[in-house]
Amino acid sequence: MTTMSDPQQGSFRLSMLLNDTRYRSYTFQFIALILLIALMAFLGINLVRNLAEAGLNISYGFLNVPAGYDINQSLIDYNSQSSNLRAAMVGIINTLLVAFLACVTATILGVIAGVARLSKNWLVSKLMSVYVEIFRNIPVLIWILMIYTLMTAVLPAPNKFRGDNATSSMLFDAFAFTNRGIYIPAPVWGPGSMIVVATFVLSIIAAIIYRRYAVSLLFRTGKLLPMGWPTAAILLVPAILMFFVMGSPIALDYPELKGFNFRGGLQIGAPLIALWLALSVYTGAFIAENVRAGIQAISKGQTEAASSLGLRPKRVMNLVVLPQALRVIIPPLISQYLNITKNSSLAIAVGYADITATLGGITLNQTGRAIECVLLLMLFYLTISLSISAIMNVYNNSVSLKER
Amino acid sequence: MNKSVFFGALTVAGLAAGAAAASTLDDVKARGSLNCGVTTGLAGFAAPNANGEWEGFDVAVCRAVAAAVLGDPNAVEFVPTTGKTRFTALASGEIDFLARNTTWTFSRDVDLKFDFIGVNYYDGQGFMVPKELGVSSAKDLDGATVCIQTGTTTELNLADFFRNNNISYEPVPVETNAEGQQQYLAGACDTYTTDASGLAATRATFENPGEHIILPEIISKEPLGPLVRHGDNDWGDVTRWVLYALIAAEELGVTSANVEEMTTNTTNPEVARLLGTEGTLGEMLGLEADFAKKAIASQGNYGEIFAKNIGEETPIGLARGLNAQWTDGGLMYAPPFR
Repeated sequence: MTTMSDPQQGSFRLSMLLNDTRYRSYTFQFIALILLIALMAFLGINLVRNLAEAGLNISYGFLNVPAGYDINQSLIDYNSQSSNLRAAMVGIINTLLVAFLACVTATILGVIAGVARLSKNWLVSKLMSVYVEIFRNIPVLIWILMIYTLMTAVLPAPNKFRGDNATSSMLFDAFAFTNRGIYIPAPVWGPGSMIVVATFVLSIIAAIIYRRYAVSLLFRTGKLLPMGWPTAAILLVPAILMFFVMGSPIALDYPELKGFNFRGGLQIGAPLIALWLALSVYTGAFIAENVRAGIQAISKGQTEAASSLGLRPKRVMNLVVLPQALRVIIPPLISQYLNITKNSSLAIAVGYADITATLGGITLNQTGRAIECVLLLMLFYLTISLSISAIMNVYNNSVSLKER
Repeated sequence: MNKSVFFGALTVAGLAAGAAAASTLDDVKARGSLNCGVTTGLAGFAAPNANGEWEGFDVAVCRAVAAAVLGDPNAVEFVPTTGKTRFTALASGEIDFLARNTTWTFSRDVDLKFDFIGVNYYDGQGFMVPKELGVSSAKDLDGATVCIQTGTTTELNLADFFRNNNISYEPVPVETNAEGQQQYLAGACDTYTTDASGLAATRATFENPGEHIILPEIISKEPLGPLVRHGDNDWGDVTRWVLYALIAAEELGVTSANVEEMTTNTTNPEVARLLGTEGTLGEMLGLEADFAKKAIASQGNYGEIFAKNIGEETPIGLARGLNAQWTDGGLMYAPPFR
């Protein structure tokens, strides 16, 4: 009869770092880490020493001196006497603006194209295949340049709208499509307008609550409430009523041709449009493929089962297939959003004032502080990318398969 | 084994870093070629020709320095730089010499630690507008849309000009001259602004140059000149006096055609000192006595270089203007060779 005995608790010996499998992997990881740190330190020290030798230093003082240049699109107050930091802020906001717009439109476009590519209608599915294959396989820079060049070459210059024998005219006297951009009426916020806006915001919340209620009612009882027209009614009716109750506080400022350009109204510059459109259609093609992959990942039996319950194809897609497909779609979608944000740095090709154009372009050039500017740029894109990733991962967790 | 490779790499990198500290003149001589930074391509100033050889007004300065230092105008490695990379390339030692329409400004000279060795082209910023716009002065441009090459000193001058005159404008930033030209012709901007020499060169390529006018206002001084790193004064002297040798040669009537004959026959003592038959100017620079002669023989004097690359006989078609010799009412003036 054997006796059970505890394994020998040998004291820790240094050689175990190499010989004991429990410790060996940590040992090598630690050595690799030290080497990595040493390499980075060497490169850093080398940089600082070489800069010092050339009489240069790393200094961020330039951020506070006046930038000296003007920017054509700025959502915050900016003039040529503002600081370089302010110019960088203008660039950051412009980057975020175009990235946001492009993410939204690319998603819409991608979902439509992805679903339509699987359509049983031969023409629709083939058209979508052509769209996806063409846009996916040509670099985005080329699309940006192509759209921008088309805009500047095809649309009329503002002076074509002038004079008695003008060759172009404004659409409804409110919209002007020129090669410098599109001019549309801008809202003028009068007193009381905030109440209308607040009503609208409340309507949005109410619409979301209604839709959630309708969905939960459907899941609980199988009773299907109409979605489309009640949502539209909740969104629009109270705001329109409030608009007239308050005595039409929101007016429109129409663009008018004055001097060299249209003045007044809202200008959406040609660079923004080119960049936005190009990023949307390009990334939309990739998202379409993600959506198609997601839908095809759902077993055909699900569709057939849903159909046999009498659901119409649109309902099958919205209630059965898409919710499950989202699990497959969202992780690659995160990458696409990151791509849009990073690709927006190609703005420089069409003169859109994003962060790469202001901080990484003009400021860098005018101050000569290349290392500082590039480090800041890297920090910015890293922060934005990680933030997008984090937010989308939270969303991904919320739609992932709940295992109970 | 991995470790030894790693430390080997460290050692090599350390040595390379240390070597950068040695004098540039010695480096260039040891290497046997000059690393010269130029533009990525601007007709007349620096661009590769059909055979892939770099030529142009700035390129000639590079070749002159190589001829003076190494005795061979072709011993030049041309490094194309953009507006963005030019200063980093010079500061890091990737290039020895930057000859690339770069405006001499205070902050570039002082804060960025460079030495401008002189001016090889005096320029100024102007505006070009279509005639049909009916504008006769830059001050009438209130509210105009302006095409502007981004990241240049012209961009800053533009902002200052409009602010000083209390008028507004909307910039359309473009990257290159070609892009600016296209935008301007498409009417995407009302006016195009850059150095007046650039405007003239650009207008010359239009189908109907007569339909465009260059407004009378010149709103800035743009002294364009080559530059070297600050701190290596010997190298700065070498390049500076090669440039001045080209300018002085024109003033003294020395050309690439007659330089041989002048060397033997001249009675003018300054010409003799310039060409190295008298005095020890070359020796003082650490070069051969005939350094200037080699530079002039290979590239011609300043006037010849101007005429060949950007002068009125070329498609660029620039008049000498401010860039004439001081004896002809221009600003080109070389200090005495003595």
